[in-house]
Amino acid sequence: MRAALTRPKAGAMALLVPAVVFILLLFLYPFGYGLYMSLTDPGGAFSLGNYTRFFQDARDFRTIGVTLGISVPVTLIAVALAVPLAYHMRRGVPGERLISFFLIVPVTLGTVLISEGMLTFMGPNGWLNQLIMALGLSKTPVRFTHNYAGVAISVGLQGFPYAFLMLLGYISGINPDLEKASQMLGANKWQTFWKVLFPLMVPGIAIAFCLNFVMAFSVFPSAVLLGQPSGPQRVIAYAAYQWAFEKFNFNAAAAISMIMAVIELVVIAFILAWRSKMYKGASIVGKG
Amino acid sequence: MSGKSKLGKALFLIVIVVYVAIVLGILLTVILNSVSKGWYSGLLPKTLTTEWYSYVAQDHDVPQLLYVTFVVAIVDVVVSLLIAFPASYALARTDFKGKGVLLSLFLLPMIVPPMAYGLPLAMLCYKFRLAGKIIGTIIVNLVPIVPFMILVLMPFIEQVGTNLESAAKMLGAKRGTIFRRVLIPLTRPGILTAGILSLVKSISMFDLTYLVAGGKSQTIVVALYADAYAAGARPPQSVDALAVIYFFIAMACLLISLRFVSPTQMVFKVK
Repeated sequence: MRAALTRPKAGAMALLVPAVVFILLLFLYPFGYGLYMSLTDPGGAFSLGNYTRFFQDARDFRTIGVTLGISVPVTLIAVALAVPLAYHMRRGVPGERLISFFLIVPVTLGTVLISEGMLTFMGPNGWLNQLIMALGLSKTPVRFTHNYAGVAISVGLQGFPYAFLMLLGYISGINPDLEKASQMLGANKWQTFWKVLFPLMVPGIAIAFCLNFVMAFSVFPSAVLLGQPSGPQRVIAYAAYQWAFEKFNFNAAAAISMIMAVIELVVIAFILAWRSKMYKGASIVGKG
Repeated sequence: MSGKSKLGKALFLIVIVVYVAIVLGILLTVILNSVSKGWYSGLLPKTLTTEWYSYVAQDHDVPQLLYVTFVVAIVDVVVSLLIAFPASYALARTDFKGKGVLLSLFLLPMIVPPMAYGLPLAMLCYKFRLAGKIIGTIIVNLVPIVPFMILVLMPFIEQVGTNLESAAKMLGAKRGTIFRRVLIPLTRPGILTAGILSLVKSISMFDLTYLVAGGKSQTIVVALYADAYAAGARPPQSVDALAVIYFFIAMACLLISLRFVSPTQMVFKVK
C-alpha cells in the first residue's frame, strides 16, 4: 500500500539539497557551459559559426544521417523482437533464469568487449564464417566487420537484451485478469493481444524505445571498432569527440553535443506523441 | 489457434538460441584467442600459450587498472547513495509544488545521451584540472548513477509504511535516530539492490570515463578500448587477454549481484 503523502516540512526539503546541488553542478551547469561554448568562438565572442560550420561541412553534416541510419532501424528491430518475446515469457517459461542470464551478460559487459570480441568471432576466419561456409551458405567469407553490418549487429546485440528485460518487467506487471476477461468475452488470442494488451504495453514500449535509442544514438565504440570511422560509419558522437580531443576545438565540439541533444529530444518527443495517441490512460486499472 | 502459439514458441526459441549462440561465440573466441598461438584458421587453436598475459602485464600496469576500476566504482556507489537516499526519501514521502518538475530534472541525465552532457562536463574537468585524476573519473561517473539510484530507491521507500516512523516519533525519537534505527534497516533491501546494480553499471561505464581518464586514472574498460582502437600497435591476442581479465571481473560482479537482484532490475525499471 502506498503511504499517504504529507506536506513537506523544512527538514524534508533539506534532504533534497544534496541531490539538487548535484544536478545543478554536474548536469545543468555543464550543459549550460556547453551551450555557451557552442555559441562563442575560440576568442570568447558570440558567434553562430560553430553551428553554421557543422551544417556546411558535408563530412560533419552527414554524421546525422549516418547515426540515425544505424540507431533507428536497430532500435526498431530490437524493440519489435523484444515485444513478442517478452509477451511470450510474461508468465515464465522453462529455463527463464538461464535465458535472462544470457541476456544480461552483454548488458553488463558493455559495448567495448562485445565489439572487440566480434572482430574475431565474425572476422573472415572466425567461427561464424566457418559455420556459414561449412553450411554452404556462401563460398567466400561474409564481411561482418568494418562495415555497416558490423556496427548494426554490435549495437543490436546491446540493445535487444536491454529492451527485452525492460519490457519483460513491464509486461509481467499487467494485470492478468484483463487477459482472462477479454478471453471470457470471446476474444481470441490475437484480438486480446492487439485490443487489450498492446495498448497497455504502449507506455513501456515507448520508454524502452527512447532509452534504447539514446544508447544507440550516442554510442561510438561499436562504430569505431567495427565500422569505418573515418568514412561511411563516422557517427556523430565520434565527430564530437574528434573535434574536442583531436582538433582541440571545444567550441565546435560543444555545438555538436548540442545538436545531438536536440535530435535526441526531437525523436523522444515524436515517440511520446505516438504514445499519447495510442494510449489514453487505459491502464489506470490495468497495472496490477 | 494452437498453430499460432506453436509458431510463437518456435520464433521465441529461434531468437533466443541464435542470440545465446552469438554471445557465447563471442565470449569463447575472446577467451580462446587470448591463450592461442597462431590461430588463423580451423575450429580450435593448435598451440596454447600464456604469453599474451605476460605481454599485457608488461604493457599495462594491471594492478593500477584494477585499483582505479574498483575505487571509482565503490566511491561512486557510496557517494551516490548518500545523495540519492535522502532525496528519494523526500520525494517518496512528501508532495509539493514542482515535485514533478524536480523529478524529471533528476531523471534527465538518463535520457540525454552521455556525449551531449559528457563532453562539456569533460571540458570543465580539464578546465579545473580534474581530468586525468581519479577524482575526475569519479565525478563524471556520478552523473548517470545518482538518477538511476533515485529511480531504484523510491519504490522501496514508498513500500515502507509511515506507521513505524510515526510510532518512533511519538516515542520521542529524533529525526536522525528514526533514519538510522527505523528507516535504514527497513529499506535495506532497496539500498542493497540499488548499490549492487550501480556497482555493476559503473564497472562497465565507458563513454564518460573515456572522455576524462588518461594515464593513471584509466579504468580497465577504457584501457581495453584504447588497445582495441590502436589495433596495429600490439598483437590482437594481447587485446583479447586484457578483454578476458575485464570479462572475469565483470562476470564475478554480475554473478554475485544476481544472488540479490533479478536481471529485469538491471535495466531501467519502467513504472
